[in-house]
Amino acid sequence: MAELSYRDAVAEGIAREMRRDPLVVCLGEDIGAAGGVFKTTVGLFKEFGPERVWDTPISEQAIVGAAMGAAMTGLRPVAEIMFSDFLACCWDYLANEIPKVRYMTGGQVTVPLVVRTANGGGLGFGAQHSQAVENWAFAVPGLKIAAPATPADVIGLMAAAIRSDDPVVFFEHKGLLASKGEEPPPDHVVPLGEAVVRRQGTDVTLVGLASTVPIALSAAESLERDGVSAEVVDLRCLVPLDIRTVLDSVGRTSRLLIVEENPYQGGWGGTVASIVADEGFELLDAPIRRVAAECVPLPFADRLEDEVIPTVDKVTGAVRRLAEY
Amino acid sequence: MTNVTDRVEADAAELLELYEQMAVIRATEQAAQDLFLAGLVKGTTHLAAGHEAVAVGASAALRPDDYVFATYRGHHHAIARGASPESCLAELMSKATGICKAKGGSMHLTKADSGMLGSYAIVGAHLPMAAGAAWSAQLRGTEQVAVAFFGDGATNIGAFHEALNLAAVWRLPVLFICENNFYMEYTPIGAVTSVPNPAADRAGAHNLPAEVIDGNDVLVVRDAVRRAADRARAGDGPTVLEAQTYRHFGHSRTDPATYRPEDEVRRWMERDPLAVTRDQLAELGLSDHAVLEADERAARVVSAAIEAAKAAPPADPAEALTDVWADGGAQWRN
Repeated sequence: MAELSYRDAVAEGIAREMRRDPLVVCLGEDIGAAGGVFKTTVGLFKEFGPERVWDTPISEQAIVGAAMGAAMTGLRPVAEIMFSDFLACCWDYLANEIPKVRYMTGGQVTVPLVVRTANGGGLGFGAQHSQAVENWAFAVPGLKIAAPATPADVIGLMAAAIRSDDPVVFFEHKGLLASKGEEPPPDHVVPLGEAVVRRQGTDVTLVGLASTVPIALSAAESLERDGVSAEVVDLRCLVPLDIRTVLDSVGRTSRLLIVEENPYQGGWGGTVASIVADEGFELLDAPIRRVAAECVPLPFADRLEDEVIPTVDKVTGAVRRLAEY
Repeated sequence: MTNVTDRVEADAAELLELYEQMAVIRATEQAAQDLFLAGLVKGTTHLAAGHEAVAVGASAALRPDDYVFATYRGHHHAIARGASPESCLAELMSKATGICKAKGGSMHLTKADSGMLGSYAIVGAHLPMAAGAAWSAQLRGTEQVAVAFFGDGATNIGAFHEALNLAAVWRLPVLFICENNFYMEYTPIGAVTSVPNPAADRAGAHNLPAEVIDGNDVLVVRDAVRRAADRARAGDGPTVLEAQTYRHFGHSRTDPATYRPEDEVRRWMERDPLAVTRDQLAELGLSDHAVLEADERAARVVSAAIEAAKAAPPADPAEALTDVWADGGAQWRN
């Protein structure tokens, strides 16, 4: 099986859908001949041309607003917001317009679009280019949210997102762009809202998303040497949320640690924890714990950034304390 | 001579039709106000009485499959694009038969099956959407145009400028039609805007043609929109139209609009778009009687709409948890 990078998987995932459906079009800053600032759209302009791959001005409201209007009238736009931090510039569309228009018109319109964005830290871009903001979208009913951890999932979830008749915010993690994995077979689709158990274990469940999946897996390997068996669940999507897979795992392990890169304050792990506390209380032998980002802006220096976002050491430390409970 | 007479009669018949549409909108807006004051409409309303000629004139120039995006002051656009007064008033009265199943309310009237793709209550947000709908029409090769109607206040928000620039660069078949009623809510637009014509004077910055027009003359609006739509369909890109008009009510709800000088209000009331059209009909030789009949037909439609809306069942509580997703449901977890 051929390998490809997470970065190349983004372009490959989009290209597969563009070949399949002529109504799929892309728009965003520098996504055309330049191939995107993260090189996640390389080859699309060459293969599909300027009629389907559109460079835009630095106008986040126009990008996402136009994508919405196009989606309401028969296209399947894939809009890129370069850094997820910039979602704030067009947040009206993601908070007020796109997720609400179907509901507030009594179901008269659908908005089949994807907003892709490079999310997360670990690369030292500082406070305005490093945030993990999936919890922003998670605060808005009406948005589906995908955040793949592997190249195969990038392709499979991209297919599901573009084919979805609902709006999907697609978080591509900057820290994972260079990572590699198996290239999935043609027509590989990962349905939205299906978590996966990445590693089986018996003592504790680690729930992760995107960047925190490999962190959890590394932590699990390290813990194995200490005789602690950790199961790792990759949520893959926040909406729909596959809480059933989490509850099933906690049923096997009786302990839960949630690992999330967005801030503890308002992070998605709080919702996961509340559901497990509510519906899985009898399954637990210890309190639910969360390793999340500190509630500060992202600092620039590596040593400072590591203090703020989840690391393998923070996860192993938290699991050891949980195992001793 | 016969040909000229025929044309005058045809013009009179068409104008009478436009007049009647405006009369229906006027009566619906009056009903909305009365029902609000009677406690039968909750929340808020932003009435478009006084703006009728913009909606009706534009609609007369558009194709049935063109796209329209409106603002929270959008009752006139919904009705001009085919929404029934009954479905609109039922929406305002929180009834199950409301045009948005009572989930939208006054600010979000929508009739998607006739291309009226929504009324948006975040100022300026729908201009990029209209650009996107025009982009979609361009890519699909349908020769449809998209129209964004917006108030003068929207011209000072970023989305206005982002939309105009993108539409100009991509040469999109979109019309940006400002309904300049001279007040940004309670503040005179001139007091907070750097140019005298808030929309038209900004068009040049984006290399777009613009026209300031009499928004209270339905024929002027119709003809200007027709010119702009023809340009758009021919591939010549967007146009900015600034239709000068005036609110007959306050900004919203029970705002008495005391911030507007009396003589200004009087001058504009004399230029009521329905009165302007009545004068034009008289010039075309139409009898007062024919106009009166049109008024009566409009009044009957709206009073029947009021009664039907009042008699309709209230919104079904089960509807609160539908229509989030395309499958009709609201499930976000398993």
